[in-house]
Amino acid sequence: MLEKITKILREYKSDDDLAVAENSTFEELELDSLDLVQLVMDVEEAFGVTIEMDTPVTTVADLIKIIESAESQ
Amino acid sequence: MGFKIIGTGSKLPQKAVSNAQLATFLDTSDEWITSKTGIKSRTICTDETITDLATQAANIALANANLNIADIDLVVCATMTADYAMPSMACCVLEQLGGACPAFDVNAACSGFVYALDVADSFISSRKAQNVLVISAEMMSRMLDWNDRTSSILFGDGAAACVLTAGDSLKYINITATPQIAPLFTKASTGNNPFANHATDENIFLQMKGQHVYKFAVTTIQQEINLALTALNLQANDIAYFILHQANTRIIDGARTRLKLPPQKFPMNIEKYGNMSAASIPVLLDEMVRHNTIKSGDMLMLIGFGGGLTAGTAVLQW
Repeated sequence: MLEKITKILREYKSDDDLAVAENSTFEELELDSLDLVQLVMDVEEAFGVTIEMDTPVTTVADLIKIIESAESQ
Repeated sequence: MGFKIIGTGSKLPQKAVSNAQLATFLDTSDEWITSKTGIKSRTICTDETITDLATQAANIALANANLNIADIDLVVCATMTADYAMPSMACCVLEQLGGACPAFDVNAACSGFVYALDVADSFISSRKAQNVLVISAEMMSRMLDWNDRTSSILFGDGAAACVLTAGDSLKYINITATPQIAPLFTKASTGNNPFANHATDENIFLQMKGQHVYKFAVTTIQQEINLALTALNLQANDIAYFILHQANTRIIDGARTRLKLPPQKFPMNIEKYGNMSAASIPVLLDEMVRHNTIKSGDMLMLIGFGGGLTAGTAVLQW
């Protein structure tokens, strides 16, 4: 999961060397709230899930949790 | 399908307010607003009323169409920020223009212009009207909490008008609503009704969940473009310009890059005016007409999206 998200993030940021860890915050990755929506839409496409924008997402781990929850529904 | 546009006009308030001016009383900066929204300035009503601006825009459109108000059979005004809750802005403008014909407002938030075009098309197609004056005018400044740095920086005031007559320019029109109040709304006051149990100190300013609206907008733009192209059996290359509601450059760029389309096909003027709700599409259209950007025969796709949540798409061959 982290690998797939890292790939999406690197593509979005056009940065092949971007370091991404589960505890990386999106602020550290220099993504603002609207970048985060774009990322969520990319994740939706990649994982075939629908993610509501209601839950606050601060770290990559938060996003992974939401994807896992969406996948189990 | 039943109309063509034979005259356009627009009128903006005199006062331009820069990001730097907003930063004098809000905790924000030109750099922040520009990078988050693409907006550098907006025009805000001071002495003018929005009825004044709408009337002036209508007069310009009528002059460009070589028609008088007496030739108009219907006035439809797309607005949610009129000077009066009653009568309609359409009636207020019609009084100033000295005309008399059916006149009413349409509220579909930022999709209002395309909704109004669809209403006009219905009247023209059913031969209830030959010439229709469609006005979009918004005074967003009256709806904003000017202490809220997240919303007040986004919007501006402005008015535009189009004169429509029976013709074959309209190739496609589609309006939708997928009702969701929470992402974007402005509550109306209960007034001084002594029987109302609602709180009287409710927030009556515009409230928006930015991420929700952004996702809706980017998704909707892609869907609307694909739907229209499929219905018309056209490719994106066949469209000269996609004239989108000017809500945020990042919404337009976000949808455009996902569709892998070039920026030249997506004109923008949000830098100067901010989000003018229903007025944004026809103000941009009028600018493009005045600058001779649009050539005869060009296919234009107009897409509105906003509160409701509503959306609307019209394809016109100029």
